[in-house]
Amino acid sequence: MGPAVTGTDALEVVLRAVAVLAAFLVLPLLVGQTEHKVMAHMQGRLGPMYAGGFHGWAQLVADGVKFVQKEDITPAAADRGVFRFAPAVALVPYLVAMAVIPLSPDVVAADAPASAVLVLAVTAVGILGTLMAGWASANKYSLLGAMRAAAQLLSYELPMVLAVASVCLAAGSLSLTGIAHAWSPWWLLWQLPGAVVFLVSAVAELQRPPFDMPVADSEIVFGAYTEYTGLRFAFFLLSEYAGIVVMSLLFAVLYLGGWQGPFSDQLGWVWTVVKGFCIAVVVIWLRVAWPRLREDQLQRLAWLVLVPLALAQLALTGVWVVASA
Amino acid sequence: MSEPVKPQPSKRSSGGAVPGILKGLATTARTLARPTHTAEYPDVAPHLPPRSRGVIALLEENCTSCMLCARECPDWCIYIDSHKETIPATTPGGRDRQRNVLDRFAIDFSLCMYCGICIEVCPFDALHWSPEFEYSELDIRDLLHEKDRLGQWMPTVPPPPALDEHAAEPAEIAATNKPARAARTPAARPARPTRVTPAPEAEA
Repeated sequence: MGPAVTGTDALEVVLRAVAVLAAFLVLPLLVGQTEHKVMAHMQGRLGPMYAGGFHGWAQLVADGVKFVQKEDITPAAADRGVFRFAPAVALVPYLVAMAVIPLSPDVVAADAPASAVLVLAVTAVGILGTLMAGWASANKYSLLGAMRAAAQLLSYELPMVLAVASVCLAAGSLSLTGIAHAWSPWWLLWQLPGAVVFLVSAVAELQRPPFDMPVADSEIVFGAYTEYTGLRFAFFLLSEYAGIVVMSLLFAVLYLGGWQGPFSDQLGWVWTVVKGFCIAVVVIWLRVAWPRLREDQLQRLAWLVLVPLALAQLALTGVWVVASA
Repeated sequence: MSEPVKPQPSKRSSGGAVPGILKGLATTARTLARPTHTAEYPDVAPHLPPRSRGVIALLEENCTSCMLCARECPDWCIYIDSHKETIPATTPGGRDRQRNVLDRFAIDFSLCMYCGICIEVCPFDALHWSPEFEYSELDIRDLLHEKDRLGQWMPTVPPPPALDEHAAEPAEIAATNKPARAARTPAARPARPTRVTPAPEAEA
């Protein structure tokens, strides 16, 4: 390999990284704006109408500008280094996860061989950011929120992994690209219980309503993020919406066939984005429609409903794969 | 312990958990499809009901400085200054007459609680409700409206709404339509007609 080859390689890596970063900054804003408008209309309101002129399209940009201007406060009793580093730990895993999710066989920043495993492992790191934030804030509400988040994440990680394992088993591949290639419409029925389990645990993993116990404002202020202000707080919010994007795209690739669809040769990645966007709207819809679960209901749902359901799905998939082989 | 308790609510409620969950989704989806209830106030003027209590307007010509409004005001937010002027007699040998001249009439809307008692109590219809409400100020002292400002609200006072069907006749109209009362006996009150006739309005 000559130096010229490494030069183009480096350029390609930089370009791919920049593309992922751009998607990482734009897609969560799109989801956030959609949430503003969809939630407003589901509640008989209009939502943002002024920022940017046309139906408040620039509301989140304006919010971002506001967050930048705010004072960056670190509590006196806080563990300074950990407190300031926590938002990055919450944010970066979703950036990494977005890099390996294929929008089409060609449109993928880093086509990892076992990307399904990588995505699950990496998104599980994000909880460390919440734990760090809660512990370092030196605030009882923050600590309670972090503990709730940890308990919730531990409970819901298991059904999620089992549901993804079932899909991997059905496809005979650990690569997201391979899974989407192996997908057929018949999976919509065959993997339906797993899909439901995955969606429910994804919403719980994102700490979105109805599973927003860790940030229940009427009980523990804002959980682990209580002491955060300004840009660091905005990073936590961004990580929540980036998480919705990652989980929605993952759902589209795992259960809805990703880029498969009519005219998939020309449209390709557009199909994945459209399917992912529909899932994101469903996640928003759940937030508007349902009240928050109690902590014990949350655990009961995870261990008594989702885990058995995911195990049954895994057994069903295994039996079918062996029988049809 | 929670197990015997838990089935009871699902029995009592109409559907159980899953229908309830789906019902929630259906309700929000239906609301999404319907037009919103938001009134876009600064862009679209609100539709105010008649008799809205926005601001109090003063018809200065009707005011006799009788001070009834200022006394009845629960907040003491009406300020009235007046002096008396003497009108010389118009007929030779007649008596000079005095009338009140209004110097200052001010309502402090930072104190006013919009009870409307001043308007109710005014015997000469000098005070009226106007539906205008956009008179907020950056300085609270600017909410003290003097009489010229109060007079400027007068054109915004709506005409009184039509009476309901079969409503009682308004007192003013009833009084005018009533046939004049006949004098009981001419001898009983001989002095009265002569004392009433030199009313100033009649001659001016």
